[in-house]
Amino acid sequence: MENTEMKKSLLSAQVDLSKFSSANFEKATDEEKRQQDVMGESTTFFKDGMRRLRKNPLAMGSIVVLALIILIIIIAPHIVPYSYDQIISVNGVRDKGSANLGFFMYSDRELQYMRETGEDLFPHIFGTDSLGRDYFIRVIYGTRVSLSVGIIAAIMVVLIGIIYGSIAGYFGGKVDLIMMRIVDIIYSLPDMLIIILISVVLKENLAGKLAGTVFSKLGANMISMFIVFGLLYWVSMARLIRGQILTIKNNEYVLAARCIGTSNGKILRKHILPNCLSVIIITTALQIPSAIFTESYLAFLGLGVSEPLSSLGSLANDARAGMQSYPARLVIPALIICLIVLALNLLGDGLRDAFDTKLD
Amino acid sequence: MAKYIAKRILLAIVSIWIITMITFFAMNAIPGGPFNKEKATSPAVIATLEARYNLDKPVGEQYVLYMKNLLHGDWGISLHSGRPIWADMISKFSVSAKLGGRAAIVAIIIGIILGAIAALNRNKLPDRLIIFFTTLGTAMPSFVLATLLLLVFCVRLGWFPVVSLSSEPNYTLPVIALAVYPMAYITRLTKTSMLDALNQDYIRTARAKGVSKVKVIFLHALRNALIPVITYVGPMVAYILTGSMVVENIFTIGGLGSTFVTSITNRDYTTIMAVTIFLAILMVVANLLTDIVYKFVDPRIKLD
Repeated sequence: MENTEMKKSLLSAQVDLSKFSSANFEKATDEEKRQQDVMGESTTFFKDGMRRLRKNPLAMGSIVVLALIILIIIIAPHIVPYSYDQIISVNGVRDKGSANLGFFMYSDRELQYMRETGEDLFPHIFGTDSLGRDYFIRVIYGTRVSLSVGIIAAIMVVLIGIIYGSIAGYFGGKVDLIMMRIVDIIYSLPDMLIIILISVVLKENLAGKLAGTVFSKLGANMISMFIVFGLLYWVSMARLIRGQILTIKNNEYVLAARCIGTSNGKILRKHILPNCLSVIIITTALQIPSAIFTESYLAFLGLGVSEPLSSLGSLANDARAGMQSYPARLVIPALIICLIVLALNLLGDGLRDAFDTKLD
Repeated sequence: MAKYIAKRILLAIVSIWIITMITFFAMNAIPGGPFNKEKATSPAVIATLEARYNLDKPVGEQYVLYMKNLLHGDWGISLHSGRPIWADMISKFSVSAKLGGRAAIVAIIIGIILGAIAALNRNKLPDRLIIFFTTLGTAMPSFVLATLLLLVFCVRLGWFPVVSLSSEPNYTLPVIALAVYPMAYITRLTKTSMLDALNQDYIRTARAKGVSKVKVIFLHALRNALIPVITYVGPMVAYILTGSMVVENIFTIGGLGSTFVTSITNRDYTTIMAVTIFLAILMVVANLLTDIVYKFVDPRIKLD
């Protein structure tokens, strides 16, 4: 035995086992053995993160709020019999008195109609706007547009960022150097100015060409916003992914995979990207509010979705003229923007706390 | 260090050059010349006008001419007013700079104070309150805040006049509208870096040596905590410049931002171009200075 061969130092506090025999020890009872058992199930990374997320009341509250908003914007158009571009009409006749109604108010014509037929008309929950369109349904569609713009833009940014960042990070060397110089330059361009500029240009260029296509409803401004998002906004995502990959690709399992001849693409897809997933999810969650911000800002400058479609920003902008008499029309979309952005920000923060354990 | 600065300056020049290219060619891609008015103009007049403004030359040559003029300080003539853009732009910018400068100062000072308070009272009531309000602040676009402020304080309460910026106190609301977001951001930034600084060994050493609490906080912790805040100055300038476009519009302040917005509605392309390039140069320079100052202040940063 190694232990006995070694000479024990005088100062050593180690117990000399050779002085004891098996009689000096007791066998562990079954109960004592059971204490060593692993009681909890082993958890996956995802489960572990979800458990931590569930303990975060702010993040859970945000999920509830977002789920509610999404549920409402999906269901409401099926229940409310008005459409976002329809001017209220009674018996097929356009109702001129239906403009600027207050909450749950009916126009004289509608009241008369209900009295005559005894049939109940669906109430105008948020009243109507200056053209006599049901404001509730306009807000619903505005929220739909704003949220989908945010989500589509975020997905675009994430996809481009992942592809670009992972190529630069994985191949390194000259490829990385050149690709990151390009990112540096794009990063230093003032994005908001370029968005406004390109929106102005595309608005003029696309206006005629879009008519009749699927895009015509969205309008040239939205298309240009997506284009600019695709051109400019991915850079911070690409930087992030590249940084992650640079650290991950030095791990032993990547080396092992390369040793057995796994192709570059497969190593990226199977070994590296799944390990960046938490960072990707968090950044996506935080990207959506920033896209919603940008969209509402552009809408406010008159560069948003084209009429009669609305977004939350364009609703707020339209309401500015009648701000003194109908403040609710401004406050409602403003509040919804704040609510969505706040919920997504809190959710993003919660996700970061739950999934990015490397931070602490 | 000199090499790093040279590299950053080069990058800034390349960015500005790319911006002028994007702006110029984007503006040229708009269908219809600047003289296509609703009133029909005779072809001869248009030809003379185009020759006068060099519009009859190929686009590439036009760009070279434009850049040449730009480098000589000639920013062109507004299509809308017919006046030289530069003089207008500078007088409008002085208004915006006043507004933006105030917003920046307010944001930095209050942000740092709130951040420090939050860090020193970690997880206590002041911290929670500050974090609650800063989270709200970052969730509110500046134009929403601006219109709500206008609605409450000008229209409902009548504390401030709705229009014009003739006297000093009227800066209050626009400055608040512009300052809240960067302030909230600086607060969070200061809080995290302050917490980080408070955990450092040198703080414990200073305390152990009996340095007073005030001295530890202000001389040892805060000074080091402020370094990351410097990095935000560049983005903040960009935020305030773009934010002022809507805020100036809402509060009817005749600054550069509202000029830009009106030139968009008026399709005043030469002004759009000039203002874009001007603002872009400001933002790029702000970022450049931020980066360089950061490296100077914190020598630990690796020069890459």
